[in-house]
Amino acid sequence: MTQYLFSVHHGSEAYDRTPEEMQPSWDATGRFNDKAVAAGVFVFAGGLQPAETATTVDARGEAPIITDGPYLETKEWIGGFWVLDLPDLDTALRWATEASAACGEAVEVRPFHGD
Amino acid sequence: MGEQPLLAVERIYREEYGRIVASLVRRFGDLDVAEDAAAEALLVALERWPTDGVPPNPGGWLTTTARNRAIDRLRRESHRDAKHQAALTMHDDTPHEPTGPVEDDRLRLIFACCHPALAPEARVALTLRLLGGLTVAEVAQAFLVAETTMAQRITRAKRKIKDAAIPFRVPTADDLPTRIEAVLAVVYLVFNEGYLSSSADADPVRAELTGEAIRLGRILRGLLPEEPEVAGLLALMLLTESRRTVRVAGGELVSLHEQDRGGWDRALIAEGHALVRECLAINRPGQYQLLAAINAVHTAAPEASATDWSQIAALYAQLYAVVPSPVVALNRAVVTAELDGPEVALAEVDRLGLTTYHAWHATRADLLRRLGRSAEARAAYDDAIAATDNVAERAYLARRRGSLAP
Repeated sequence: MTQYLFSVHHGSEAYDRTPEEMQPSWDATGRFNDKAVAAGVFVFAGGLQPAETATTVDARGEAPIITDGPYLETKEWIGGFWVLDLPDLDTALRWATEASAACGEAVEVRPFHGD
Repeated sequence: MGEQPLLAVERIYREEYGRIVASLVRRFGDLDVAEDAAAEALLVALERWPTDGVPPNPGGWLTTTARNRAIDRLRRESHRDAKHQAALTMHDDTPHEPTGPVEDDRLRLIFACCHPALAPEARVALTLRLLGGLTVAEVAQAFLVAETTMAQRITRAKRKIKDAAIPFRVPTADDLPTRIEAVLAVVYLVFNEGYLSSSADADPVRAELTGEAIRLGRILRGLLPEEPEVAGLLALMLLTESRRTVRVAGGELVSLHEQDRGGWDRALIAEGHALVRECLAINRPGQYQLLAAINAVHTAAPEASATDWSQIAALYAQLYAVVPSPVVALNRAVVTAELDGPEVALAEVDRLGLTTYHAWHATRADLLRRLGRSAEARAAYDDAIAATDNVAERAYLARRRGSLAP
């Protein structure tokens, strides 16, 4: 089994939508999560606050440097993710197809290091 | 051994390579282990066969030798790698999975090599390396990139297969049609690069690539006998290959019209026609089958003037319904020229506007020539020459340009 990160990337406009607009995808995402739990493949999932709420800490130097904002200044960032435990990439791509349809965004599939 | 002993070992090794690696991948679940063991088995064969003679079943001998070498190596290393130890204790591979009517290790391997999660150029390279048994240097040569670049490309693709857990498995029935498409596309790409090399530095026609693609096509055909598109692609390649030796004369490409049909390979044509008939009987047409059928009509004509253009037009109409691409429309326009004349065809061609495609300019040039519009034809030939790097095609176009009426 391999754990895969399913990450959803989007820009700030995704946070401008009204709850009414978002409700169908929240519902679909909820159903997707329930299905993953029932199938025994669900490890973790979550939606993130917008990137402007991020704080970056760099402790590589002598004193930690704390900066407001995300590590990379980009137009799109991770808005949410799943971690699923699956036998292989084909299975992961099938789950990702459903995940993408549910949340209405593209989903990036990336394996975790094994062992 | 009739041939030189060492050459015979190399030839058998290349022929058997895909089978050996595929079998070891199933056993050990790891491409690197499989390839290293296969290479060790080659060294043993090179040492023994010239003196002991080639064993009766050389492929089986190589596979067994490679498997034993892999087990030896894994045993040596097992104390520091729990995963390899697991591989050793695994008696006979993965649990038996239903993979459809045919199960073959090479089939599992080619579906992994042509996985949509890999970049298209990596799919072609991996397929030639692992199934075709070409060395990394040969694959690099085939795509005219530096060997180190190709080595990196192949290494990266193999790492992705391992780390992302791309399975060595025939896809499920749901996924099979699209996944077969990717495999056939890789094989056809290899063939086309051989049949009309895209590079100025390579030979205009590269028989080693067309031959390799046909060999892969035959393997697929043996593994998936129920899939008409697999038969269609093989037929298409055979019927195209049948004309290869007369396709270039004096360093110049020879058009289908002008080819010496006596030089066509009758055995390949017969085999291709039989496959096309088989496809017709199955009656599930697809793009490769239709292209094969078009080639079957061409190769059935004893001379160019005897070509059954109306049948070819009907086949192109069917093809366009399956693949509504401008390139198909361009080829269909060539048929229109035969049936309805160059003026109607030119209007069709001009509508397509494929200004970066050498064949579009060349087709326009030919139609303009036939209409006696020499000045425009000359400009179109110039554009066509500028748009291709293939030396034989450039030579052909230059001669046609030179023979225009003033």
